[in-house]
Amino acid sequence: MGLEEKLPSGFLLTTVEQAAGWVRKSSVFPATFGLACCAIEMMTTGAGRYDLARFGMEVFRGSPRQADLMIVAGRVSQKMAPVLRQVYDQMPAPKWVISMGVCASSGGMFNNYAIVQGVDHIVPVDIYLPGCPPRPEMLMDAILKLHQKIQGGKLGVNREEAAREAEAAALKALPTIEMKGLLR
Amino acid sequence: MSPITNEEAGSHSSARETTEGTVYTVTGGDWDEIVQSAARADDERIVVNMGPQHPSTHGVLRLILEIDGETVTEARCGIGYLHTGIEKNLEFRNWTQGTTFVTRMDYLTPFFNETAYCLGVEKLLGITDQIPDRATVIRVLLMELNRLSSHLVCIATGGMELGATTIMIYGFRDRELILDIYELITGLRMNHAFIRPGGLAQDLPPGAVDQLREFVKTMKKNLPEYDKLATGNPIFKARMQDVGYLDLSGCMALGATGPILRSAGLPHDLRKSDPYCGYETYDFDVPTTETCDSYGRFLIRLEEMRQSLRIVEQCLERLEPGPVMVADKKIAWPAQLAMGPDGLGNSLDHIRNIMGTSMEALIHHFKLVTEGFRVPAGQVYAAVESPKGELGVHVVSDGGTRPYRVHFRDPSFTNLQAMAAMCEGGQVADVIVAVASIDPVMGGVDR
Amino acid sequence: MSETQEPDHGNDTGASGPDGSGLPAPRAQGPEVIGVRKGMFGAASGGDTSGYGGLVRTVALPGASSRPYGSYFDEVADELEGALEEQDLLPENAIEKTVVDRGELTFHIAREHLVRVARTLRDDPALRFELCTGVSGVHFPGDKGRELHAVYHLRSLTHGRILRLEVSVPDGDPHVPSLVCVYPTNDWHEREAYDFFGLVFDGHPALTRIMMPDDWQGFPQRKDYPLGGIPVEYKGAQIPAPDQRRSYS
Repeated sequence: MGLEEKLPSGFLLTTVEQAAGWVRKSSVFPATFGLACCAIEMMTTGAGRYDLARFGMEVFRGSPRQADLMIVAGRVSQKMAPVLRQVYDQMPAPKWVISMGVCASSGGMFNNYAIVQGVDHIVPVDIYLPGCPPRPEMLMDAILKLHQKIQGGKLGVNREEAAREAEAAALKALPTIEMKGLLR
Repeated sequence: MSPITNEEAGSHSSARETTEGTVYTVTGGDWDEIVQSAARADDERIVVNMGPQHPSTHGVLRLILEIDGETVTEARCGIGYLHTGIEKNLEFRNWTQGTTFVTRMDYLTPFFNETAYCLGVEKLLGITDQIPDRATVIRVLLMELNRLSSHLVCIATGGMELGATTIMIYGFRDRELILDIYELITGLRMNHAFIRPGGLAQDLPPGAVDQLREFVKTMKKNLPEYDKLATGNPIFKARMQDVGYLDLSGCMALGATGPILRSAGLPHDLRKSDPYCGYETYDFDVPTTETCDSYGRFLIRLEEMRQSLRIVEQCLERLEPGPVMVADKKIAWPAQLAMGPDGLGNSLDHIRNIMGTSMEALIHHFKLVTEGFRVPAGQVYAAVESPKGELGVHVVSDGGTRPYRVHFRDPSFTNLQAMAAMCEGGQVADVIVAVASIDPVMGGVDR
Repeated sequence: MSETQEPDHGNDTGASGPDGSGLPAPRAQGPEVIGVRKGMFGAASGGDTSGYGGLVRTVALPGASSRPYGSYFDEVADELEGALEEQDLLPENAIEKTVVDRGELTFHIAREHLVRVARTLRDDPALRFELCTGVSGVHFPGDKGRELHAVYHLRSLTHGRILRLEVSVPDGDPHVPSLVCVYPTNDWHEREAYDFFGLVFDGHPALTRIMMPDDWQGFPQRKDYPLGGIPVEYKGAQIPAPDQRRSYS
């Protein structure tokens, strides 16, 4: 039907990284990490109308040991922060984090003593998803963007190299406060 | 500390009592004695820590269960994992902005939080009687829709925690219909901040009434499906009946309200006993059961959804054209938005109209938006019957443009105290059922 | 806790009553002044070109009401006073002040008699306030000698009534008798008020923090505790936390 019909000998060449990325992105298992309002929208995404099953991701794992994606859905309090980190540490590598909603991403409107001002203080975040709460479509968009990121993931030495480059770039980056121009 | 007394011949180990409990000193050789005395000691206390991150604890609730085999001997809750400091944050925003915060407390019942808060502020201002009828009817309409959506989530997630995913899909299916209506009316699916001190942010958009009538029709068709799916289901009944038992005296002592109190047979409902928003003029029943258990609470929630639908129908009949904001221009947010040509922001014509016609109007608008209105000093308590029970709000003003103190008496918080009474002496698996029947929402518990 | 265990005043902290006794300051019957507000726009420095900077207003909560109170309030007050007299407790010793404001009845109760008043309100057949909706702490730093207020709302399902009890204590001696023995529902509510305001409820079975982590320092919802927000950075601009911004006073 497709490409494989035209292959002269039934072989298709690819790189190990691309094959691994393709396999990984197609079976992501999210851990349930519902905290607040966003958790309800996350459940809605898994339910009938939005049907996350279309992307092979409807099975939320109760145990972090079986999961490789943490969707931090909601505001993270100071009391919850150590718990969140523990759950993250229990997940097997490679693992990814989506910071769902503005509270998880930056503290949002709760700029106070109780809330951690951005979950990236505790765990590395791959995708920041704005909204209060984000619509289910937005969550799916974030997940698909994460799939693209996983597909392009590196392995072994290349991975270390990529991490070093990312760190160097982050260290060189201009702090937001020093940026000029319009507020956008 | 007593001296070690294992000098006797043939003894390889000894036990002594310390402040930490019994300590066995092993000197090698025979382990049987230790095993036997450990078995005799009968301190097989196992403490199970469920949560705060657990798929079945209804959010970030932490349950600390002391179990003996499968029996829960002692149960305690750990809460505060979602404490957001909303009450403190309110003190740094003006009165109108407060609705934006309170709507995020119990995120499944946003309209109840907003209404309770607004009723409190209006009582402080002394304008309770001046709220336009249309605003009150729409408030009731939204609250009853909200009762439906909250109960649907309770039944859906409660079912999922029992392992019944079908009922979860059903619940979320119908909740989506309600969320569509919210989105049409307020622009948002959750966290609306639509009900404001003095009335509403906006009137109903065109087409809302038609969609509501359509929804009532659909919902009347869908509601019996829960009956068919669950009410008579033997597995469902076996899991729910006589589980999470709390009788009337227990409810009264622990201050439980809402479906928990009504499942013990007392038809207490603030909508009847202490009516607000004109509930005394609506025709509806307060369902009760005598079972005091989770199954009874499930039946009550089902019946309340039917009654809410009745109230929604009555609201639709009562909607008369009119203002939705109090007439006092010192309180009413003056700008009625006109959508710009790109679908975003205010239209230029509207701005030209405001700015061109009256400088004073512009100043007034500026003052009201940036400063807000002042509320005379004093304190009030306003309460509404939320889907979970009595949602009370204690509002204190010091005469300023910001709340001095707002305290929410959230029904989930109070009802969750009953968890220990419901679970102790039962099975571990029944803890989940009991907690699901309390229907705590941690956003409301922790605030 | 039974009535025999009255709170032990001024036993630990340096007392902060106006006379240094650790007892709550005596209550005035007129409007209760809780602070003074100066200026208008929250600007502390710089020239006052508006003229509003000289504005001085006292902030006062409604004062004591005199009879008749109206509605069912007279009946409740009569019954309560009668029931207290039967227990050989002079009502004027227990009830410091009665305020009727915005259609709500408030009894200001002396803290040493709180438990007995609450028990009377719950048990007397003519009163029957069965449901306590918890305690709400309020911190008035300007109300010298009575900085911390514990506010209880009692609801009578039998008679369909509601009333408010208010107990105020000084910052230096924040002890209030616990109502858990009368209303077990107050268990978590009192823990919450302790957690946020540092109100110590004597006789509570386990008065520990409930919302904040156990090792948290301070009582976060008191007025002297900062909101704790951080400045938010945008491109080339910084917005201070809500409590650091200039605001209307």
